[in-house]
Amino acid sequence: MTTPVVSMSNINFHYESRKVLDNINFEIPQGAFMGLVGPNGGGKTTLIRLILGLERPETGEIMVFGQSIQKLKNRDRIGFVSQKANAFNKGFPATVYEVVASGLTAQLGYLKFLTKKDKQKIHGAIAQVGMTEYTKQNIGNLSGGQQQRIFIARALVSDPELIILDEPTVGIDYENVKIFYELLYKLNTEFKKTLLLVTHDTGTMTQYATDIVCLNKTLHFHGNPDEYASLTEADFSQIYGHPVSLVTH
Amino acid sequence: MLLDFLTYPFLRYTFLTGILIGLIAPLLGTFIVVRRQSLIADALSHVTLAGISFGLMTEKVYGWVISPIYSGMFFSVLGSIFIEKLRTVYKAYQEISIPIILSAGVGLSVIFISVADGFNTDLFNYLFGSVSAVTVNDFYVISGVAAFVLVIIWLFFKELFTMSFDEEQATIAGLHVKWINMLFIVLTALVIAASIRIVGVLLVSALMTLPVAASMRIAKGFKQMIFLSILFGEIAVIFGIISGYYLDIPPGGTIVMTSLILLLIAIGMKKLRK
Repeated sequence: MTTPVVSMSNINFHYESRKVLDNINFEIPQGAFMGLVGPNGGGKTTLIRLILGLERPETGEIMVFGQSIQKLKNRDRIGFVSQKANAFNKGFPATVYEVVASGLTAQLGYLKFLTKKDKQKIHGAIAQVGMTEYTKQNIGNLSGGQQQRIFIARALVSDPELIILDEPTVGIDYENVKIFYELLYKLNTEFKKTLLLVTHDTGTMTQYATDIVCLNKTLHFHGNPDEYASLTEADFSQIYGHPVSLVTH
Repeated sequence: MLLDFLTYPFLRYTFLTGILIGLIAPLLGTFIVVRRQSLIADALSHVTLAGISFGLMTEKVYGWVISPIYSGMFFSVLGSIFIEKLRTVYKAYQEISIPIILSAGVGLSVIFISVADGFNTDLFNYLFGSVSAVTVNDFYVISGVAAFVLVIIWLFFKELFTMSFDEEQATIAGLHVKWINMLFIVLTALVIAASIRIVGVLLVSALMTLPVAASMRIAKGFKQMIFLSILFGEIAVIFGIISGYYLDIPPGGTIVMTSLILLLIAIGMKKLRK
């Protein structure tokens, strides 16, 4: 049996007096496309910050690639596309190439410079997200959907095994959201990347994900999209903590 | 017109020092502006003034000869370390470190100047710059600072760019963000202290930000922005020093006004392109 990419056991976390995560136990298997859903304030972003090592849990253990996240040296095995990515400084005059190249900084190490091979990797990552023609453009001049694809390319350039995306489709129109999900699907199925996607867009996500996790302080559900689809309004109302009406498209 | 600058050694050193400052001030200014830390230069220049006042005071009161450029640099570096520490103390209000350090710099300057009961040296030169204030020793010190800054920026360029664009991403990737931030702010402190002879305490931040603000309007990409910032900085310094000398005006004023004209041209060009 292969080691899970992420394994969390008995995780508890408070922000001051507010309990955010209560006894979380779950694993992300290798090759999964996991959707993480739940209400605002339910602890999704905190969970991601814990996996990324930006916060430390009060209790429990987080293992990433079989190692404690705090001791994980090859951080470039994890790619991250932040919720804040769409709120970056749009006036920053960086080209698409420069932004994607910054994804290699940590992997290269200090006092090292980009080689010809690295430059090929950068162009490859830009091509992978279908943005080659924009390579020399300033990122601030692109649309929200295009910018998100560039941030994915930045995450991809170091060839990570796990990519974590925190609400990457916020503020992006429907057409671009569809393109975005197709790209994620391709990364998961063709390039064998393990994905953890935080989203409120459960309708589209369930078409592509292999696993779905519902989080509202505690883990309310962990299953596949078919099992998720069988949840009733009463189940969702319990997860979200208020009455929920299901709307199907 | 340039004959005096070739004939008189003090003018030659001023001119060469100006060229160095026109290179390193906008270079660091590029990172400062994109990181939205423009006011840091103002805070550090005022701390540098405290250092200069300290140097002048010790000489006058105790007879200890400390070159104001060294005492200015020492205070500036100390101030930069305090700013960085305060930024970590007030995580949600990081900008509060700037008025704290700025007012501390002014407060200390006032105390040192009062203890010395005023200075024979014209403090006006330190406030607005001077074409005659640069000594040979200053030139060598500033050359050393410039060489150090250029090497460090060259070696850590990719880290500084990554952190400037997205500090959270840099932290997640495992970069030593805290130490690189500290290194950067110390470099900034050194550049500010080195620039004060020519541009003056009150105008040094302009040389770090105005050329960058101009280049930002027209640059395609970060490296081009750095190149244009340095180009505008050099034009402003060369034109400012020469015109300041012939018009008998402190160069700080003419450098800043040249930078401002370049900025207005860049804004106009951008509007015309649209």
